[in-house]
Amino acid sequence: MTESSPDTIYETDALIAEDIDAYLETHQHKSMLRFITCGSVDDGKSTLIGRLLYDSKMIFEDQLAALETDSKKVGTQGQDIDFALLVDGLAAEREQGITIDVAYRFFTTEKRKFIVADCPGHEQYTRNMVTGASTADLAVILIDARKGVLVQTRRHSFLCNLLGIKNIVLAVNKMDLVDYDQATFDAIVAEYSAFAEEIGIEAFTAVPMSGLKGDNITAPSDNMPWYDGPVLIDHLETVPVRSAVNRDKPFRMPVQWVNRPNLDFRGFSGLIASGTVKPGDELRVLPSGKTSTVKSVVTFDGDLEEGVAGQAVTICLDDEVDCSRGDVLATADNPPQSADQFEASIVWMDEDPLQVGRGYWLKLGTQMVSVTVQSPKYEINVNTLEQLAAKTLELNSIGVAEITTDTALTFEPYSENRSLGGFILIDKLTNRTVGAGMLNFSLRRAQNVHWQAVDITREAHAEKKNQKPLVLWFTGLSGSGKSTIANEVEKRLHVMNRHTFLLDGDNVRHGLNKDLGFTEADRIENIRRIGEVAKLMADAGLIVLTAFISPFRAERQMVRDMLPDGEFVEVFVDTPLEVAEERDVKGLYKKARSGELKNFTGIDSPYEAPEAAEVRVNTVEMSAEEAADYIIEQILK
Amino acid sequence: MSLTHLQRLEAEAIHIMREVVAEASNPVMLYSVGKDSSVMLHLARKAFYPSPPPFPFLHIASGWDFQDLLAHRDRTAKEYGIEVIVAQNEKADEQGINPFDTGSAMYSQAQLTDPLKRALTEHGFDAAFGGGRRDEEKARAKERIFSFRTASHRWDPKNQRPELWNIYNAKKNKGESIRVFPISNWTELDIWQYIHLEKIDIVPLYFSAKRPTVERDGLILMVDDERFRFEDGDKVVERDIRFRTLGCYPLTGAVESEATDMTDIIQEMLLATGSERQGRAIDKGESASMEAKKQEGYF
Repeated sequence: MTESSPDTIYETDALIAEDIDAYLETHQHKSMLRFITCGSVDDGKSTLIGRLLYDSKMIFEDQLAALETDSKKVGTQGQDIDFALLVDGLAAEREQGITIDVAYRFFTTEKRKFIVADCPGHEQYTRNMVTGASTADLAVILIDARKGVLVQTRRHSFLCNLLGIKNIVLAVNKMDLVDYDQATFDAIVAEYSAFAEEIGIEAFTAVPMSGLKGDNITAPSDNMPWYDGPVLIDHLETVPVRSAVNRDKPFRMPVQWVNRPNLDFRGFSGLIASGTVKPGDELRVLPSGKTSTVKSVVTFDGDLEEGVAGQAVTICLDDEVDCSRGDVLATADNPPQSADQFEASIVWMDEDPLQVGRGYWLKLGTQMVSVTVQSPKYEINVNTLEQLAAKTLELNSIGVAEITTDTALTFEPYSENRSLGGFILIDKLTNRTVGAGMLNFSLRRAQNVHWQAVDITREAHAEKKNQKPLVLWFTGLSGSGKSTIANEVEKRLHVMNRHTFLLDGDNVRHGLNKDLGFTEADRIENIRRIGEVAKLMADAGLIVLTAFISPFRAERQMVRDMLPDGEFVEVFVDTPLEVAEERDVKGLYKKARSGELKNFTGIDSPYEAPEAAEVRVNTVEMSAEEAADYIIEQILK
Repeated sequence: MSLTHLQRLEAEAIHIMREVVAEASNPVMLYSVGKDSSVMLHLARKAFYPSPPPFPFLHIASGWDFQDLLAHRDRTAKEYGIEVIVAQNEKADEQGINPFDTGSAMYSQAQLTDPLKRALTEHGFDAAFGGGRRDEEKARAKERIFSFRTASHRWDPKNQRPELWNIYNAKKNKGESIRVFPISNWTELDIWQYIHLEKIDIVPLYFSAKRPTVERDGLILMVDDERFRFEDGDKVVERDIRFRTLGCYPLTGAVESEATDMTDIIQEMLLATGSERQGRAIDKGESASMEAKKQEGYF
């Protein structure tokens, strides 16, 4: 068994005791490396991290005492210390003996401070691993020397590469259990090399070690004299850190906050994503494209001569250009592009699968826009690297798809700039973070398929008809009275010389949407098409009335987002389920109750009532005629 | 030359604070007046400079706080012109709650957790900055930087949002609030070194001085005011002591020390053999108890 380099620890202690100022001076100038450890269950990740903490003296006496007690009580190492207990945090997973979430650990050596993301090995927890990988400069991929390259090893390597981690350490662990055999190590390295090449990992460093016994962690192991590469810590202390690399790229800073304490000061606060900035530099504000010159780079500690990637600053410009949160400041002569259609790699992270065509929030840097995802081009089986056909993405699956945003994004491909190419997807209803993605490139479809320039504008159409175009979107349960009331409203508008058109659910189903069924995806597509048709009619200057159950808030929001502000009027026909069911005009509720009809809104499929409809009518208190009069009054006032 | 680890940690914390101010409607910073809170306040002043921090500070007073700590709080508020809201369980006497007779779980619930929840609800704060660090305790190592609480302020460790890159999802459901931990990635040494480098003013109790004390169950307790309840055999002894962490004075153990300036403290901390929270009676008990307390809403 190799002793963990006690000399270093004692030297450090001696320095602290004798010359604390010198020690602090050294420590103050340390850089920081973030890395992740990943591997399969029982590869010994927690043990390795526990060992790193132990060897770098990050464990105090009281923690050690607790560790010794715990080791005897629940440990797996007999009377020896079970390092894994140091890092396995949550009570539930302690009992199961597995790590189920990302945990962050800290330790310091003579040269660097380290933040370790301890990543889980279970296949179903891929989302946690992607989370840990997103902030890492380096990945330590553990392999059990007895088992070799496993399915999870491939998955983790693929993910690390996908997330753009260039420094990969292959930690062939538990060498003590294979008698420190060189041939075993060489065979594993050969197998991994073949796989790495296949997925595009350019280089990796393989280290044979034992986390449990301490071989090749901080000092060369006497048990493996045949190995002459770096020990783990030496390697971690010397690889380059990413923030230093970003400095050589063109200047970019997403604006977080406009700093305006008084009328004399207006600055734009943000974290510099790449490059450098100094007074006199010419910058471009995106997406507007306006240019201005840097007046000062302000911080609490005084104005900077030069701000660099990784610093949080406030930039003041020479003139009063428009600039707000979500904009990006960039080098004037080399700005990033804007686009609204992209190919993206997406990792799905939610129990509910991706809904193709539904609107999600996309957050990239400080930009927040609405986005829809097309059917994936393919899903990647990370074990075989096969590209599989896919209609959607389920929890923990990875796919490539086209996405369309409602507003242009200022971006760079993820491979060039993580800050302007990495995004998260947020469900508009649950607010959960449901996916993470990386922009590969823009599709420039907006440039290829030009909008036909027309001389008769939508304003001209509306003016000719002497009315403001509107889409009256009636929503409510089946049998609530939507169609009846919409019909009454149209009759009144017609008498008033308004140009109208009524789109009714059943009629559209017979024609435009006859290819669609009643699955959730088809329902979304149904509403999307109706929305597009209603929008074209509104462009033609018409007042459009639509009568569809449209049970989901997200879909109604999607249509609202298609139209100019003020043209979408949500009319909530508010009829309690009991009343609608009792009316049961088409006999559908009876069928649904008996199980003949599946996915029926109100029975076994939810109806999400509007939270802030422009108009709400209560059909218990009002007749259809009264409701129609009330709606007319509301929309024409 | 690349940024040092402290520069990177500082920039990260500032970035997080600005994101919250940009996206939350009514943020607040929890302010315990301790060393971590002092660093947080300093970072907030940096993040929005030249504007003052655009949110108030909330101090949960237990009623058994060190006098020096309260004096420091009032001095700081005045000097930096920040708004400090003080919340306290006014009915503790009536309810017969005190640190001597009340069990530690019940005590922290009544004096810290409940007043905190009440204050957050009363003022309608939708985001609260806290100074929690991942290196403090095992349960904290897994908490996100943006941590969501239900309307009843509970934490669900099984249902955390993934956090990628430096993109934070601050969208809340009705009734939910966010606890935000900008110094999650700092260690105790980072905190001390930063205080040293930035010359941040901290409560004098962190420095050694002669103070009246009694020793009990291996803890050295300071007799901070006349309410201290003596037990048979208690002897008040002047000792050179300081505190590594500041809680309620009858529950917070001091360490005997000669450390009277910042470098002394750091030296002592680096050579120490007990972890930071050792002096805090509240953390004793089952090893997963912090997790249980957090689910209840303890910070």
